[in-house]
Amino acid sequence: MTSSALPAPLTGRVTALHELRARAPLFLAILFATTIAASLGNLLFPEDSLFHVSTYTITLLGKYLCYALLAMSVDVVWGYCGILSLGHGAFFTLGGYALGMYLMRQIGDRGVYGNPELPDFMVFLDWQELPWYWAGFDQFWIAALMVLLVPGLLAFVFGYLAFRSRVVGVYLSIMTQAMTYALMLGFFRNELGFGGNNGLTDFKDLLGYNLQADTTRVGLMFASAVALGLAYVISQWMMGSKLGRVIIAIRDDEARARFIGFRTENYKIWLFVYSALLAAIAGALYVPQVGIINPGEFSPVNSIEMVVWVAVGGRGTLYGAIIGAILVNYAKTRFTAIWPEAWLFALGALFVGVTVFLPQGIVGLFKNRLAGRAT
Amino acid sequence: MTLLKDIRNSMPRDQVWPFLIEKRPPKIDASHRVLLYVEGLSVSFDGFKALNNLNLYIDDGELRCLIGANGAGKTTLMDVITGKTQPDEGEVWFGQTIDLLGKKEAEIAELGIGRKFQKPSVFEAQTVFANLELAMRMNKSIWPTLLARLNSAQSDRIAEVLGVIGLTEHSGLLAGALSHGQKQWLEIGMLLVADPRLLLIDEPVAGMTAQETERTAELLTSLAGEHTVVVVEHDMEFVRSIARTVTVLHQGAVLAEGSMQDVQNHPAVIEVYLGEDS
Ligand SMILES: Nc1ncnc2c1ncn2[C@@H]1O[C@H](COP(=O)(O)OP(=O)(O)OP(=O)(O)O)[C@@H](O)[C@H]1O
Ligand SMILES: [Mg+2]
Repeated sequence: MTSSALPAPLTGRVTALHELRARAPLFLAILFATTIAASLGNLLFPEDSLFHVSTYTITLLGKYLCYALLAMSVDVVWGYCGILSLGHGAFFTLGGYALGMYLMRQIGDRGVYGNPELPDFMVFLDWQELPWYWAGFDQFWIAALMVLLVPGLLAFVFGYLAFRSRVVGVYLSIMTQAMTYALMLGFFRNELGFGGNNGLTDFKDLLGYNLQADTTRVGLMFASAVALGLAYVISQWMMGSKLGRVIIAIRDDEARARFIGFRTENYKIWLFVYSALLAAIAGALYVPQVGIINPGEFSPVNSIEMVVWVAVGGRGTLYGAIIGAILVNYAKTRFTAIWPEAWLFALGALFVGVTVFLPQGIVGLFKNRLAGRAT
Repeated sequence: MTLLKDIRNSMPRDQVWPFLIEKRPPKIDASHRVLLYVEGLSVSFDGFKALNNLNLYIDDGELRCLIGANGAGKTTLMDVITGKTQPDEGEVWFGQTIDLLGKKEAEIAELGIGRKFQKPSVFEAQTVFANLELAMRMNKSIWPTLLARLNSAQSDRIAEVLGVIGLTEHSGLLAGALSHGQKQWLEIGMLLVADPRLLLIDEPVAGMTAQETERTAELLTSLAGEHTVVVVEHDMEFVRSIARTVTVLHQGAVLAEGSMQDVQNHPAVIEVYLGEDS
């Protein structure tokens, strides 16, 4: 009754949570229909068939899915809790390195120097034995554990220090940038034992499967889709629960949330850890598909790019972040093929344009359209 | 076999592990009638004394009005009680046993001190219902919140409060879409569902119509007794309609205290108010 007198965007947002709940089956259907069709197209149809999907496309799709998961991890903290992290690349890259270390150990004596124990770059540096922190990385389960443990721990320590001291806003964003920048400088150094500026590469196989094989490629792409789907459902469940409402309350008025009894610091710390874990899983799935991980991934620009994906897609909806990541990366793939030097400028322009004209991103545009038509 | 014994000893059947015990707020001891003690409180901002050696005692179950000119320090006093501001000097006790200074906002809220802000502050991007649900008294740590489902008693309580604050029809509406007066009511509703022992209410009727103001007065008077209520208000008509005891603050200290009539006839009050008027 009174609601019809309200401006459309306001009433439109009333049902945001219900809408989100209704979107999960649709999202999963699109995700798996696309990935299954692409997989079948690659594995079943011969190259000259109309329905053939190239392995290049499969890998590209897998990469986009990892970016989508990464974008979602940014949305969880930024869109829902107002924590603008400009350092999420750090968690992504650490996850990638942890799996990369396993892939390095899998090479065994098939490296250029044929050393069964040491990765090539260590032989090159004249190292005699594996550093202690490489121990165990020949075991997949240990590597998988480290994919979660290392970024999770970093996020916890960072969050504990920052949120407990009530650092917010720009200061927090700068701290996250500094974190990823410091890691980048560290990983560039050869002495650290992660391959210096070349990073980790020349991977051969994963769990015994040849990384160059089509089936492995399809499998990895599919694993990325499963990870994205699971993360989406879990995140959506979290954000639709009372926990999600507390997180949104913290975003909109943290002081008020404290006065009704929520220890907001704890909520922020654990949300940050959860988000870092999603980013780390994305990184771990990304590395075997692109075949390399190097310190460049820690670069602050990368982390800013992730924020742009989310801004373009639309904050605080999860699927907006996914749409943004895929669209911007598709544009990037196209753009850099034509005019690579100009990409950063295009990205900057995109960010400014979206901030000014589409504060709620692409998703917001469609939502307003729909709400506008309804009245 | 000692290992087995150790394991058994670590799991005594007659005890529960400490982390499984639900945290309960400590008992508030108001056996000496006074629920809130504020003594010698001073707060300064860059040398400016917002509170200056202030003393205030609020009895259990009392309805107290705080009045005073703009900048007298009323809001600052509430900030100190609720843990937002740490004072330079003084003490604040909740009952005989609980020292409020040094405690965090959330901890103080958990003890049963609720607050309504001067500027209506509700969660505008969430529904009226969600606002009440968030404010409801329940375990506010992360896991219980993630798994929280409203039981029927809690839903009933929210429905009841919605009725009291007259927002039943708007329960699914975003709080941001409410009128100013309705937001004030919602914020009062958020206090009610939390069922606090002590309510600190800063300017509840600002922006309300005469009718709404009257209803607020009724509500606050009905709360006193079971709850202890401290109200800050500039609307003298309103204060007159609810007040039993009035405290006048002036430049961060108590100028006068007593019934509305006593206070109005108090020479110091007359001097300050007339002095300001002329
Ligand atoms: N954070 C702060 N920093 C600096 N000065 C402050 C701060 N908070 C309050 N003050 C000052 O302290 C004095 C007391 O403010 P307070 O808000 O407690 O007054 P009040 O009695 O609530 O007034 P009003 O009726 O206008 O709400 C004012 O002069 C105000 O400017
Ligand atoms: Mg005030």
